[in-house]
Amino acid sequence: MTKTRSLRWSLPTLLLAATVNATDMPLNMTRGVTEISQQVYDLHMTIFWICCVIGAVVFGIMFWSIVRHRKARGVQPAQFHESTKVEILWTAIPVLILILMAIPATKTLIAMEDTTEADVTVLVTGSQWKWHYKYLENDVEFYSLLATPKEQITNRFAKGENYLLEVDRPLVIPTGKKVRFLMTSDDVIHSWWVPAFAVKKDANPGFINEAWTRVDEPGIYRGQCAELCGKDHGFMPIVVIAKSPADYEQWVNGEAERIAKARAEEQELLAMNMSMEELMSVGARTYTAYCAACHQPNGEGLPGIFPALKGSAMALNDMPGHINIVLNGKAGTSMQAYARQLSLKEIAAVITYERNAWGNNTGELVQAADVHAVMQGKGE
Amino acid sequence: MSAVVTDHEHEHHDHKPSGIKRWLYTTNHKDIGTMYLVFALIMFFIGGAMAMVIRAELFQPGMQFVEPNFFNQMTTVHGLIMVFGAVMPAFTGLANWMIPMMIGAPDMALPRMNNWSFWILPFAFLILLMSLFMPGGGPSFGWTFYAPLSTTYSGDSTALFVFSVHIMGISSIMGAINVIVTIFNLRAPGMTWMKMPLFVWTWLITAFLLIMVMPVLAGVVTMVLTDKYFGTSFFDAAGGGDPVLFQHIFWFFGHPEVYIMILPAFGIVSSIVPTFARKPLFGYASMVYATSSIALLSFLVWAHHMFTTGMPVAGALFFMYCTMLIAVPTGVKVFNWVATMWRGAMTFEVPMMFALAFIVLFTIGGFSGLMLAITPADFQYHDTYFVVAHFHYVLVTGAVFSIIAAAYYWLPKWTGHMYDEKLGQWHFWCSLISVNMLFFPMHFVGLAGMPRRIPDYALQFADFNAFISIGGFLFGASQLIFVAVLVKCARGGEKATAQVWEGAEGLEWEVPSPAPYHTFETPPVIK
Repeated sequence: MTKTRSLRWSLPTLLLAATVNATDMPLNMTRGVTEISQQVYDLHMTIFWICCVIGAVVFGIMFWSIVRHRKARGVQPAQFHESTKVEILWTAIPVLILILMAIPATKTLIAMEDTTEADVTVLVTGSQWKWHYKYLENDVEFYSLLATPKEQITNRFAKGENYLLEVDRPLVIPTGKKVRFLMTSDDVIHSWWVPAFAVKKDANPGFINEAWTRVDEPGIYRGQCAELCGKDHGFMPIVVIAKSPADYEQWVNGEAERIAKARAEEQELLAMNMSMEELMSVGARTYTAYCAACHQPNGEGLPGIFPALKGSAMALNDMPGHINIVLNGKAGTSMQAYARQLSLKEIAAVITYERNAWGNNTGELVQAADVHAVMQGKGE
Repeated sequence: MSAVVTDHEHEHHDHKPSGIKRWLYTTNHKDIGTMYLVFALIMFFIGGAMAMVIRAELFQPGMQFVEPNFFNQMTTVHGLIMVFGAVMPAFTGLANWMIPMMIGAPDMALPRMNNWSFWILPFAFLILLMSLFMPGGGPSFGWTFYAPLSTTYSGDSTALFVFSVHIMGISSIMGAINVIVTIFNLRAPGMTWMKMPLFVWTWLITAFLLIMVMPVLAGVVTMVLTDKYFGTSFFDAAGGGDPVLFQHIFWFFGHPEVYIMILPAFGIVSSIVPTFARKPLFGYASMVYATSSIALLSFLVWAHHMFTTGMPVAGALFFMYCTMLIAVPTGVKVFNWVATMWRGAMTFEVPMMFALAFIVLFTIGGFSGLMLAITPADFQYHDTYFVVAHFHYVLVTGAVFSIIAAAYYWLPKWTGHMYDEKLGQWHFWCSLISVNMLFFPMHFVGLAGMPRRIPDYALQFADFNAFISIGGFLFGASQLIFVAVLVKCARGGEKATAQVWEGAEGLEWEVPSPAPYHTFETPPVIK
């Protein structure tokens, strides 16, 4: 700890001390909260100190030579070169050090890769630009989106404490249990990283990777996507809450209930008609959360990458086509299928919004039942 | 090494067209070398300008200057330009200028191909840069262009990107063939393999790496092209492909590629240190063997860029051990340079200063490389600023510093004038301080958990990023001093002698300065 303290006052920090309202940044890798992350930290520090010692010796000799063996001091250059003895020595010593280093690294790696005998399994699916979590033992699944308001990112509001590291629905895991993560992706490669667990694993589309953790301390742990995944790669954080097994049980049951209830409501909704006002307000909210990243808040898209919705033929004329593309996405493009991401109500609302916002004044309402009809294959 | 230099100054042979035609039609290795070097310098500034955009956006949290999509284009094109447009052409330029003069050859073995391999290069980069102005912008998937981000999910600039990479690849392969043929066939009598200067040796090995891996790059970009436009599924699981296959192929090219960018640097430093220490290189033979082993090992370590992609434990262990092993020959090189300095009589002109900075800072990059080799720790370092710090130490304070050192070292030979030592020292010290302000704090930012390639970041990283950006701007500005030195030296200055440096040895120092348009038309005899 004292070492970190003294490092903390190193030159760059001193120079920086005057600037900006700082949240303290740790200067070293986190020890994390798991046995594995502690081992990883220890490996990191071991190899770090080995490098420091070698560096001190090599640079020491070099600087000594620079000070002593300079022409300005009137020295005569020696002419020696080649020495098999020295050369064998400086080959053999590094080899020995490396072998010593490889042993603990191998042990830790084998432990990290052992995903057997897990108590809880969560399927983690990345997509542009959010995470989806599905608890395989329970009927619980949800998307986890960035919760930082756009206004903070564009500097119109002051930035909150957990700027860019906050989500609407965090992943919840039980403490003291081995939690296995199955990683995959719906589109490009993402990488699920929580530093406190020392877990970083790529989510590859079409394949499943495995990782695991066992967290002992209840707490909130934050991470980010670590593989460039397109425009909003910097805006898909990960938040994990570790709860005691009892609290976790309660949470998971509550979630299952909430999801069941939402499904029941969905069915009821089919018989109801929502007002334009309600559809537009839900639609605007959904659009901002799910659609604006690509199609832009003004509906104009990004020419050449993401098509405009404002004034588009589909948004103005082709309602079944519009519902279909939102539900099922468009293969071979970034347009995702939202059928399982959004409720019928949200889909109906967002389509209504897209058909009536930014001067797309079709005046048409889309109801949950319309969406449901397309979903059942009756719409077209 | 000594040589009997016969009368080779046939000035009357110096007939060459004047004006632009001289440069368009030239087959002279010195002219082509100059063009490569000037081109690399221009690209260094264009790529550098993009880095300035990146650092400006990262100066503060929040989005200020550019959109995330443009930010990604900047990181992508910055990487491509610096690797393929600045570092590689600069080394090829040095090879063109120096290899024939170092081995006593009159020119490169394939002079017309030499002309062509240079002249297609500006077009490659013109295409790449123009793609930035397309609707939707240029390539934005990182210089590593991982599929499927670069296939299904990329913009239409991808076709231009692929085409321009093909042209760069053809240029590199032709350059490499030329180097190999020249070294194999045009060495002066008596210039045996183990008498060749280390710069020639390291470039020979680099050239072999180039002809082995550039076709792999060409293959992988072509697969990206067909996946995107012609319905193949090399990297798409839905059609039976695998996105991780892309990474295997890319890094099978990519890892030797990083050695392509550092081996000639080893050669340069191994030329400069003995000159200014006035003492022969400690272990010439072991340097040759170390370079060869690094080159061979470079084919066995590609997957250390991919530890998090999910590979079998046995695979991860194999690549971890092989990667750690690279530390051994690399260590041998550093120890050799230090042993060369030991009990020498050193002076500290600008080339030596850059070479010394290279040794220390490249070694720091080597240390972080060793740390990255430890797979469990790599899970924490991977794709963070720690990696950004690592490869910029190796490529900027490594490759780029060596190129700058080489430029100062051989400038008097090229221009016939000594450069302005005082201005050069200014350039050195400004660069040294700012480059460390720029890249050293990145280690801490990465360890604290900041991912790379993000346009905006959590508040805890704010102070360090502001500091890093200031370092970046200063480093960029420092390079303007370099341009001033170059221009001043090209225009005039104190006349340089043939040997230029008191401790310099080798054939290039036995021809007058500036080197005549044609050198060694009659091969020198090496005893």
